[in-house]
Amino acid sequence: MSSKIRILVPVKRVIDAALKPRINKTNTGVESKGVKFSMNPFCDIAVEEAVKIKEAHKEAVESIHAVSIGPSKAQDILRTALAKGVDTSTLVDVGEQEIEPLQVSKLLKKVVEQKDSNLVILGKQAIDDDSNQTGQMLAGLLGWPQATNASKVVVEGDFVTVTREVDGGAETIRAKLPLIITTDLRLNEPKFVTLPKMMKAKKKPLEIVKPDAYGVTIEERLEILKVEEPPARSAGVKVSSVDELVSKLQELKAL
Amino acid sequence: MLKLVFRAGISKRAYSAKAVKLTVETYPNLQRGDYGTLEESDLTRFRSILGDSSVFVDDIEGYNEDQMRKYRGQSQVVLKPKTTSQVSEIVKHCNDRKLAICPQGGNTGLVGGSVPVFDEVVVSLSGMSQIRSFDETSGILKVDAGCILESTDQFLAEKGYIFPLDLGAKGSCQIGGNVATNAGGLRLLRYGSLHGSVLGIEAVLPDGTVFDSMHSLRKDNTGYDLKQLFIGSEGTLGIITGVSVLCPARPKAVNVAFLGVESYEAVQDTFSKAKRELSEILSAFEFMDRESQVVNKKFLKAPHPLAEGSDEIPEYPFYILIETSGSNKEHDDAKLEQFLETSMEDGTILDGTVSQDEAQTRTLWAWREGISEASQIEGGVYKYDVSLPLSKLYDLVIAARERLREANLIGETDEYPVVDPVGYGHVGDGNLHLNVCVRRYTKEVEKVLEPFIYEWISQHHGSISAEHGLGFQKKNYVHYSKSDVEIAMMKDLKRHYDPNGILNPYKYI
Ligand SMILES: Cc1cc2nc3c(=O)[nH]c(=O)nc-3n(C[C@H](O)[C@H](O)[C@H](O)COP(=O)(O)OP(=O)(O)OC[C@H]3O[C@@H](n4cnc5c(N)ncnc54)[C@H](O)[C@@H]3O)c2cc1C
Repeated sequence: MSSKIRILVPVKRVIDAALKPRINKTNTGVESKGVKFSMNPFCDIAVEEAVKIKEAHKEAVESIHAVSIGPSKAQDILRTALAKGVDTSTLVDVGEQEIEPLQVSKLLKKVVEQKDSNLVILGKQAIDDDSNQTGQMLAGLLGWPQATNASKVVVEGDFVTVTREVDGGAETIRAKLPLIITTDLRLNEPKFVTLPKMMKAKKKPLEIVKPDAYGVTIEERLEILKVEEPPARSAGVKVSSVDELVSKLQELKAL
Repeated sequence: MLKLVFRAGISKRAYSAKAVKLTVETYPNLQRGDYGTLEESDLTRFRSILGDSSVFVDDIEGYNEDQMRKYRGQSQVVLKPKTTSQVSEIVKHCNDRKLAICPQGGNTGLVGGSVPVFDEVVVSLSGMSQIRSFDETSGILKVDAGCILESTDQFLAEKGYIFPLDLGAKGSCQIGGNVATNAGGLRLLRYGSLHGSVLGIEAVLPDGTVFDSMHSLRKDNTGYDLKQLFIGSEGTLGIITGVSVLCPARPKAVNVAFLGVESYEAVQDTFSKAKRELSEILSAFEFMDRESQVVNKKFLKAPHPLAEGSDEIPEYPFYILIETSGSNKEHDDAKLEQFLETSMEDGTILDGTVSQDEAQTRTLWAWREGISEASQIEGGVYKYDVSLPLSKLYDLVIAARERLREANLIGETDEYPVVDPVGYGHVGDGNLHLNVCVRRYTKEVEKVLEPFIYEWISQHHGSISAEHGLGFQKKNYVHYSKSDVEIAMMKDLKRHYDPNGILNPYKYI
């Protein structure tokens, strides 16, 4: 008899992926005032995958729990996750403070233990800091196997087969639960959430806790010295004929 | 990156490789006006005014064909002036030589107004695309007429402002073209018409005189408000070279909901309710029939937002897109949520979704904005853009469908010219778009539809052109919406300012 699967999906609230971020006046980070925030797209894919697995394995999957470590406004993305089919959720309210991947992983480890999760599905990276570390660090802290950058996930009993996108092709690996999976872009295409589900989600549990409830004190190890824009591309030139194009290219010694 | 990014206009020439029929072949009764014909000496003059690189005589098919591939002219030359005085000199020369001119913006117009009919000289404004100034306190923007709507709006977004007009063709259409057609678009409900937001215009009159009201103020009651004449004049009174517009602050919080309802009555009920309950944050209210979604799915090639991942489009006969814009997200979210919940509970709406992020917002809009382009992927489209009393709005689509069916023109296979008529539009403004999607343009279909549709609209006290204008398509049908006195005054005006009739002939009135 295979064991019941309890899925944990960590989700992060980030500046909307479709917006062009702007650097703040003090050059210490990205301007966040008056900017739209949404769920990190990779986390959205993780939620979608968890729900898909539950739908396909109704018997085997006992629950999906979502957790967000962030400001109180991250409740919005937890509601979205609940509407998409997550059962329960926790916000670890750390206020406006930016948290490094190692601290996040330590908190997640506590949540995993508390919820007795045996499958963690999370984004391979958050589009704001692009760290691509949390999943790996969590696997390290827990001593679990990890399958990163998943583009396909198949669950069979206690075993999970994951296809990963690697340079020049695909790699297929298999591991026994418990397991960490980080999601890549092509894993799935998240669906729109319909109104009845949004309404139901309002009644689903969303508990709010402070990080010290897990006995974790947040200590930052990195200091941001400066954030700057990539150098602006110089403007292009328009040419009106092929001859002009050729002569311009010759001028630039490109021909 | 993640979701499909929709941009109108880019795939313009992607579908049918068939050559577009010449307008004069489609309408053999057309007579060329008593105009001069282009000579080598004219080209020399144009080159001396503009320089060689702004006078085009080769590869100009794109300027002769319209966006719907319905009309094709035979112009021999395209001019791209860079300054107002160049426009003035060109126009003066054309007037002296009695050469007819077709002013052209982004060529996204939907009534055949933007392309020549015979051999008119095309004056394209695309070489004039500088932002002249922006006042960050008043929100007054001054631009060259050739500025693209979308890039202008992006410029404003950086400053915390928004252009008071938005429409599906934003990636290609120009501010000058928008003003020339008095485009209405998706947010008229919120920001009103260009007659209100345009503060000043610079235009070159048919004799080359420069009309300049760019310095006008928000309030200015000194005589006739002449700039209004150019708004919606479709290139028949002057070539617009500059526009001054009052731009509102860009809303910080925008939500988009996409809903399914069971009838056209439910569309109206939802609209009344939205006005009452969303009031000041309601910024767009669009409706679409299911047929339009079927057509759009072939174009977008993605699952429908309410399909929950399945490949089918749910069976709701009508869909609604609601946009709210405001300054306080929590307030707007709460209001919209309350509105949607009570509407679900009382059965006004049957299902729906709300965008969770910007990519979803764009996808939801694509299911509305894509219809225009999607309508012609099978070959072509007959477009009718009408104003009607709200309660009668959709009856026109039903009447047209019925009539095409009776004539045995609609079918699923290639022998039938018509694919399906679809209805959608800006319900908020009483504006319906009826698109009759066809596999090819035929006289048969046109005869069944026209003047039937115009008569129907006239009987129901509507307007035969709500926002797309008259252009070539509706020139002969103005009397269905305007009285003899009105038409006579319009003709007087045209004759007075353009005695030689050189600006955009064969069109408008
Ligand atoms: C996908 C799509 C969606 C659309 N949605 C809407 C909509 O929601 N609402 C709406 O109102 N319209 C809509 N339209 C049509 C709309 O009229 C045009 O897109 C736009 O306003 C025209 O701008 P343009 O620069 O392309 O002008 P063009 O198409 O080039 O020209 C239109 C007319 O204006 C004249 N003109 C152009 N520039 C000048 C100038 N500088 N001076 C004098 N005359 C000029 C032309 O001679 C022509 O008669 C849509 C079109 C498309 C393709």
